[in-house]
Amino acid sequence: MSTLEIRGLKVSVDTENGAVEILKGVDLTIKSGQTHAIMGPNGSGKSTLAYSIAGHPKYAITGGTVTLDGADVLEMTVDERAKAGLFLAMQYPVEVPGVSVSNFLRTAATALRGEAPKLRTWVGEVKDAMEALHMDPSFAQRNVNEGFSGGEKKRHEIMQLELLKPKIAILDETDSGLDVDALRIVSEGVNRAKDSNNVGVLLITHYTRILKYIKPDFVHVFANGRVVEEGGPELADKLEANGYAEYVGA
Amino acid sequence: MSTLTTNYLTPTGREEAWRFTPLKRLGGLHDGSAKIEDRNSLSYSGSSAGVSFDRLSRALAPTLTEIDDVIVSRIRDHASDVAVLTIKAESEIAEPIYLNRIKGGLASAELSRVQIRIESHAKATIIIENNGGAVLAEDIEISVAPGASLTFITLQEWDAGSIHAARHHAIVDRDATFKSIVVTVGGSLVRMLPTVDFIAPGASAELLGVYFATSGQFFEHRMFVDHKVPNAKSRVNYKGALAGDQAHTVWIGDVFIRAAAEGTDTYELNRNLLLTDGARADSVPNLEIETGEIVGAGHASTTGRFDDEQLFYLMSRGIELEDARRLVVRGFFNEIVSEIGVETIQERLMNRIDDELAKAGK
Repeated sequence: MSTLEIRGLKVSVDTENGAVEILKGVDLTIKSGQTHAIMGPNGSGKSTLAYSIAGHPKYAITGGTVTLDGADVLEMTVDERAKAGLFLAMQYPVEVPGVSVSNFLRTAATALRGEAPKLRTWVGEVKDAMEALHMDPSFAQRNVNEGFSGGEKKRHEIMQLELLKPKIAILDETDSGLDVDALRIVSEGVNRAKDSNNVGVLLITHYTRILKYIKPDFVHVFANGRVVEEGGPELADKLEANGYAEYVGA
Repeated sequence: MSTLTTNYLTPTGREEAWRFTPLKRLGGLHDGSAKIEDRNSLSYSGSSAGVSFDRLSRALAPTLTEIDDVIVSRIRDHASDVAVLTIKAESEIAEPIYLNRIKGGLASAELSRVQIRIESHAKATIIIENNGGAVLAEDIEISVAPGASLTFITLQEWDAGSIHAARHHAIVDRDATFKSIVVTVGGSLVRMLPTVDFIAPGASAELLGVYFATSGQFFEHRMFVDHKVPNAKSRVNYKGALAGDQAHTVWIGDVFIRAAAEGTDTYELNRNLLLTDGARADSVPNLEIETGEIVGAGHASTTGRFDDEQLFYLMSRGIELEDARRLVVRGFFNEIVSEIGVETIQERLMNRIDDELAKAGK
């Protein structure tokens, strides 16, 4: 049982006009097995929250705490956060030229498990994960994210979620750019990770459609750098009907 | 044969061809002050059918090309014989042909003339392995006869202190294919001049290279592709990494499309990865075009640092910074190293690159 606890998190970024505060005090608690949807308009700071938790150097933490089972996440390097059990499925996964998916996955698994996975079982693991996400075996020989379609990038992210088995996963707009079939396949992957590893999920999205496939236990409305309303799945229905208008400019 | 002794001028460093090279570190190869020893160090130990390796007097191996490079002129003036590797017509040599320099030494210099003759419709891969300590000036002339195909790989895995100045000149005939891969990861000063001369239509050349310079190393790769006949194709792709104080690399890509060279298709690319402060990468593409009737001509040159987003992505999967850097650098070079096609060499080079990177990290 793991708990990611975010308390009063304030984050700013450097711009040409000096530091600009993006997150203005965020409180959230995510436990194993729970699914939290964070919904909000573009520019509300959802992705900043995701990248700040993962430790992207662009974001400066100016206040608050983030702990995973009591351990100070903000003190950890990026790789230490992953080793502690955090995972970020990125909205725009980065191309790494010349590095094959197969090499990348094995290097990551070795780092996270503390030893190289046994080759025979590992090959099977990867094959199963790829098949489950309807990915062609040749995918493993391609360079990480290089020339991938939008859908392939997202499948590759969710494949990592399934293989690397984090405690808490942050999915940053995993639904963006996916057609209906791909959305279903990717969502099934997330649900498998929930079922088999009891992963806690922080699902960041702009639209409600992914929530038809991945059922949230909690919905948080994000606007202007903070959580402005919280509720159960019914809140998503309200957003579907009314949009974000009432939260913006308020 | 006339001597050039009185004709050549010792470069001063102000000449275009020498403006980047630290002449003082050339071991006297350029000004004639080097102490010369005839080592005849190039050796071939294979025995493939269709391959012959001989040492011929210079009367039997006249030069194929004119050249104004002062070091090459001194080699030609001095060398009394020529190492000649011939691939007989129609021979397809499946396994790579290895040439090694077995006798080295830093106390004296070797001036070496080499000719590689790929006869018509022959096909081969030749790998020259340069390692250990040496002061070496090389004039390698390569003729690729009509319909022939040569992959020519030179590996500069020198020890620290080695000095190597070489010209690889390929004369590529009708419908022939020449592919060169130059790898420079060791030595104090390495200056390579890969040049291509297309002499009949339908020829193609691919010049690939990788280099990794660390503290105090100077590596220069200066190529010239001469499109003087129609319908020839050339591609140049060199990738380099630099790390450490005073690491210095120079890449010059000269491509000349003469008026007669209609239908030319050429592209050249140089990418440099600056891994630390204090290193310097000079990159100068030059494209001179005398006809507009071509398929394409272009060049690109980039010099950048580690991509923070790549490192972040890898580290967010638990990979430590040092391993992430190693993956990115290996990935950067993989595009070209994987073209060598010999697994053991590729792995050896990647390990050497890891070592260079680790040295730089300290």
